[in-house]
Amino acid sequence: MATFFGEVLSVYSRAVEEEDDDLGENEEDEQIRRELEEKREVHLHWSPQVSESLKSGNKLRCSDFILAVGQNASSFLSAYILSSANWEAVGHASVWNERSRAVSGQSSEESSCIFHRHKDNPSVLMCQVTCYIAEDQLFQWTEKVFDCLQHRELNVTVLSDSSVADYKTADYLCSSSAPFLRSLHTSAFSDQPVCQSLEQPNIVTGLSAAVLNHCQVHRIATVVYQCYSDVIGPDSITMETYKPVLTKLGRSIQLEPSPSTDALRKFVRTTDLQSNLYI
Amino acid sequence: MFISSQSSAPSFRDFTLVMPAVAVGNVGQLAVDLIVSTLNMSRVGHIHTDCLIPMAGNNPYATSKEDVDELHTPAEVYTAAELKLAVLQIRAPILQSKSKKFCQLLVSWIKSSGFSRTVVLSSSHAYQRDDEQLQGIPLRYLVTPSLLKVSSDALKELGWREMERVPAFPGLTDGNAEPRLCIPGGGITKGLYTDSCEEDLPLAVLLLFCSEGDNIPDAFALVNHLNDWLHLLDDHSQQPNKWKIPASWSLLFGSGIPPALF
Repeated sequence: MATFFGEVLSVYSRAVEEEDDDLGENEEDEQIRRELEEKREVHLHWSPQVSESLKSGNKLRCSDFILAVGQNASSFLSAYILSSANWEAVGHASVWNERSRAVSGQSSEESSCIFHRHKDNPSVLMCQVTCYIAEDQLFQWTEKVFDCLQHRELNVTVLSDSSVADYKTADYLCSSSAPFLRSLHTSAFSDQPVCQSLEQPNIVTGLSAAVLNHCQVHRIATVVYQCYSDVIGPDSITMETYKPVLTKLGRSIQLEPSPSTDALRKFVRTTDLQSNLYI
Repeated sequence: MFISSQSSAPSFRDFTLVMPAVAVGNVGQLAVDLIVSTLNMSRVGHIHTDCLIPMAGNNPYATSKEDVDELHTPAEVYTAAELKLAVLQIRAPILQSKSKKFCQLLVSWIKSSGFSRTVVLSSSHAYQRDDEQLQGIPLRYLVTPSLLKVSSDALKELGWREMERVPAFPGLTDGNAEPRLCIPGGGITKGLYTDSCEEDLPLAVLLLFCSEGDNIPDAFALVNHLNDWLHLLDDHSQQPNKWKIPASWSLLFGSGIPPALF
């Protein structure tokens, strides 16, 4: 591609090059491809009690499924809901991809996705996803998780972090308006979202999109609250942006009173020194 | 696979299917956007598959406040029953490892739905044209034998050029290598075409040579050529802007510019 200043740039094209089928794949290539696919498979590990309930094709009775995608969304759930000790961890998903850091000694709980269930009301399930799930794993993760849940009268709420750089608007946003929430919901969702709907031409991608796609075709009432923030890492102001969602969640879950700023600070870790180029 | 969004499965028997290939400049997809938007087509179902990268958004063809909040998925089917026209729109890239699977999925869906003919709108890298292809209009077509039987007269009248076969090893005068079909930057276009030939499906490919950039003019060119053949619009006045641009085409090159930049 030539630019106005005369230099020629090599541009990445969105088109997918056609695969050359003339060259056959030999057995070794086939085996490597298969092994890689197996390594990239999403695996769900449930507690013995839950595994027992899921035996012989049964599904978990679930009235509310709350999913947090990203650091701030997960920390929000931890601070405002999970802190009340009425929740038990019932499982986690293991996902391996090119961005998984093979740090020995780091437990899989730290950077994976964990499922929690309310002790008094076991039909309320919560999941925090802080790891990166690759594009080819999103569909699989969604199918496997929703295959375990009963779809009838299921309500899904997704809290998802996003960067304000991905938000397109005609008037340039001054940074003071970030962080803010936008919502998207399936046709089966009949309630009122707590914030404005996501305007054209914006779209959502990633796990929240995969969940929306699944729930739209399977007619499950689902709402996604996307938080656009100008801060990359964990940040207490970004976390507090999700507060309006509590009014909806509070109907099925007993909530703790607002945690103190100190409690919130606990969840805001300092960023890894690995990358202090942009502090 | 196809999942209907209505209470009963729609019938596509004897309908014409128009679909894009995710290709250079996204020209096919932009052209399909114009068709759905102008003909005010209604959505009848989704193609729910693991072959596409997930995405979701509100109604890209919204015309009023009432229909703005409608969720749309990466692959959806729209129909205009009075024209016996069905359109498949694909909004997301196909996962590299799943392109063959997606091709097979589409071909089997087309076969089982009973479409009378399928038209694939596509594009190919303009910089890979040879000297011959640099001249004339940048439109090319391909048609499977089963569709050629029915449409050969119409195609002859339109005066379109068939996509040329290229030598397998350019420059080598090896008599063994047969000229073969090559659509660089066309995504699954070639796969769809060859699979449809094998399955004896009536399928045509309409492609434009283009480059990445502002591909809106290319989309208009492609959809006008398609209209010359299929006569989707009644308008004979030859006006250039008879196609309606959808709401989702705003801000194609990013947000507004911050004044503090200057």
